[in-house]
Amino acid sequence: MSSESSKFTGLVGWVDNRLPVFSYVHKEYGEYPTPRNFNYWWNFGALAMFCLTVMIVSGIFLAMQYQPNTQMAFESIQRIMRDVNYGWLMRYIHMNGASFFFIAVYIHIFRGLYYGSYKSPRELLWMLGVVILLLMMATSFFGYVLPWGQMSFWGATVITNLFSAIPIVGDPIVTWLWGGFAIDNPTLNRFYALHYLLPFVIVGVVGLHVVALHVTGSNNPTGIEPKSSQDTVPFHPYYTLKDSFGLSVFVIIYALIVFYAPESLGEAENYVPANSLQTPAEIVPEWYLLPYYAILRSVPDLLIIDAKLAGIIAMFVSILVLFVLPWLDTSKVRSARYRPTYKKFFWVFVVVCFVLGWVGAHPPNEKVFGLEWLEVIDVGRITTFYYFFHFFVLFPLLGKFEKTKPVPNSITESVLGASATEKV
Amino acid sequence: MQVLTKYVFAAALSLVVSSGTAWAAGEAHEPEPQDWSFNGFFGAFDKAQLQRGFQIYSQVCSGCHSLKFVAYRHLEGLGYNEAEIKAIAAETQVEGGPDDSGDMFMRPGVPADFITGPYDNENQARAFNGGALPPDLSLITKARHGGPDYIYALLTGYESAPESFELATGMNYNSFFLGSQIAMFSPLADGVVEYADGTPANVEQLAADVTAFLTWAGEPRLEDRKRIGFKVVIFLLILSGLLYAAKRRVWSTLH
Ligand code: HEC
Ligand code: HEM
Repeated sequence: MSSESSKFTGLVGWVDNRLPVFSYVHKEYGEYPTPRNFNYWWNFGALAMFCLTVMIVSGIFLAMQYQPNTQMAFESIQRIMRDVNYGWLMRYIHMNGASFFFIAVYIHIFRGLYYGSYKSPRELLWMLGVVILLLMMATSFFGYVLPWGQMSFWGATVITNLFSAIPIVGDPIVTWLWGGFAIDNPTLNRFYALHYLLPFVIVGVVGLHVVALHVTGSNNPTGIEPKSSQDTVPFHPYYTLKDSFGLSVFVIIYALIVFYAPESLGEAENYVPANSLQTPAEIVPEWYLLPYYAILRSVPDLLIIDAKLAGIIAMFVSILVLFVLPWLDTSKVRSARYRPTYKKFFWVFVVVCFVLGWVGAHPPNEKVFGLEWLEVIDVGRITTFYYFFHFFVLFPLLGKFEKTKPVPNSITESVLGASATEKV
Repeated sequence: MQVLTKYVFAAALSLVVSSGTAWAAGEAHEPEPQDWSFNGFFGAFDKAQLQRGFQIYSQVCSGCHSLKFVAYRHLEGLGYNEAEIKAIAAETQVEGGPDDSGDMFMRPGVPADFITGPYDNENQARAFNGGALPPDLSLITKARHGGPDYIYALLTGYESAPESFELATGMNYNSFFLGSQIAMFSPLADGVVEYADGTPANVEQLAADVTAFLTWAGEPRLEDRKRIGFKVVIFLLILSGLLYAAKRRVWSTLH
């Protein structure tokens, strides 16, 4: 294999024969045969990748000015906002970028749930995605502690205290996490170190995610595999252009928030410096963690397990269940387009997730709509129950009992009959 | 189906967004939205109003509240020139030193000094205020739900307590404050300051002016932000249009 085999010539060819990066990019992002029938829900993977890049770039600029010290952190953010050139821009991009990253990734995940993208042969691809979600949650949790406001401090207190529910080793673990007997400078320092590290771990896992994708190829709205070259188009220019257009629209919405409502997704309380002697009226996490927070608080005592531990287990299981979803779902048909019953339950599930988010933002004992007999925690319990019911009962049963619609013979057939076919 | 999808997302999103603010109301009155000059896409500060607000801060609020993230040099944002800022800073005395023999001394303020407030530390501040702590005001409009509208409502919202209400000693009734009693007495009254530009100094005007100033103090880059944002959004709209046209053109060869 010493011959010059690259299809590129000149300097590019010379490099490519020794380090085939150009061939790689050409093959994986130029020729990569992509189903011709993607809708715009297929944009969100690329959008998430964009967000990750934006977070790393803006984060590095912030890191040049930020001081990970309990005495200086809050003030250093104010220096960034007031005195550093375009510091306010970097911070608002980073702060809201986390929200948009989660919006992109959540839509990406729901897309996968709707079209059955987790099913064979894409199980590992899906599981790598769940790893990314977990890493994102950890990263944003650590990041939110850095400005050292009241919510930073008390959020960190609530979350790290969860580990104290583990029998016997709980308390030593918490002390170990804190680096002391209270949340203090050592805690902030290590959270900063991890906040800087994890995004690069995410980059690594995203790399594996893409490699796995390019082995199995992309799923598509019909959920059937491409059969002939008629069913696919080269990624470039078809999807590079479609993704660029989607990205541009996404960035418009992102820009509107960054420039015109940069605090709308944040918590006012975090502009009060951290104070370990004063608990805020209500401790709420960032919006993208609210559903898990709701599950955590909704679980009652279960047999011998007390509510706190049960809540933590439920919260972790609510995400870990995604790892085994490929085996819980017994249906032979991938796409919800041809699964009328699953399609209905899918939308119920979406609504349940939003209701859980709402529950997470409200004190458990608040009355719902002013009704005497309905408290937030009741709604939380019902929706938490449904969440698990959806995964552990509906997925296995639906595949056995659902009457699915006939699946088209090929992607091309489904596209050409587009006017007759329901398009979601 | 597509339409349904859209509605479900819209409804759900609004649920999530509104939920963030809902609990804040608690037992306090919801402040009424005011028509601020800095609201909206083209909103900007009214410099004359900011200067009036700074005057109120200096003559009234600075007796108890610091503004520690604002330096005198930042007052450029209110439209003062360098000489004026030097003069304003020089009116204050700050601790300097140590000198060659190691002693601290008092010196006139310079533009680089921050507006640190009257108390040496938290304990002293509490001792002078019946145990309550006057918070630093640099971020007050960002640190409270309702922002400027809340601050305005608070400053204009003092009234005598209803019969049924048990007011603790040294407290004042204000239904916009959480719990309805606040340790700060009404800091504003008609004519507490005299405006050089002849603006009538009634409580509403004073409250609006000082709130506008505090909003600037919390977000001094607001005008840059909105100006740059406008260009960015226009650029992106055009870019999206072009990309859409290009995408249509390329895809049209397929079908
Ligand atoms: C005599 C001292 C004093 C003066 C003068 C004063 N304040 Fe206060 N202020 C306080 C104290 C004390 C508190 C804390 C109240 C509490 O926690 O109950 C406070 C609290 C506040 C708060 C916070 C309310 C909240 O939501 O927590 C704001 C806003 C405020 N003051 C604005 C002003 C403004 C504007 C002025 C000038 C017009 C001013 N204050 C003048 C003593 C003062
Ligand atoms: C996966 C990508 C990332 C996510 C989801 C994320 C998330 C967050 C969040 C939620 C905050 C708190 C924002 C606030 O309220 O102020 C934050 C702050 C911060 N992040 Fe990140 N971040 C990411 C990547 C990075 C990287 C790569 C760096 C540095 C190299 C970085 C550096 C910082 C710094 C210095 C702060 C404190 C400044 C501030 O709070 O505004 N971040 N991050």
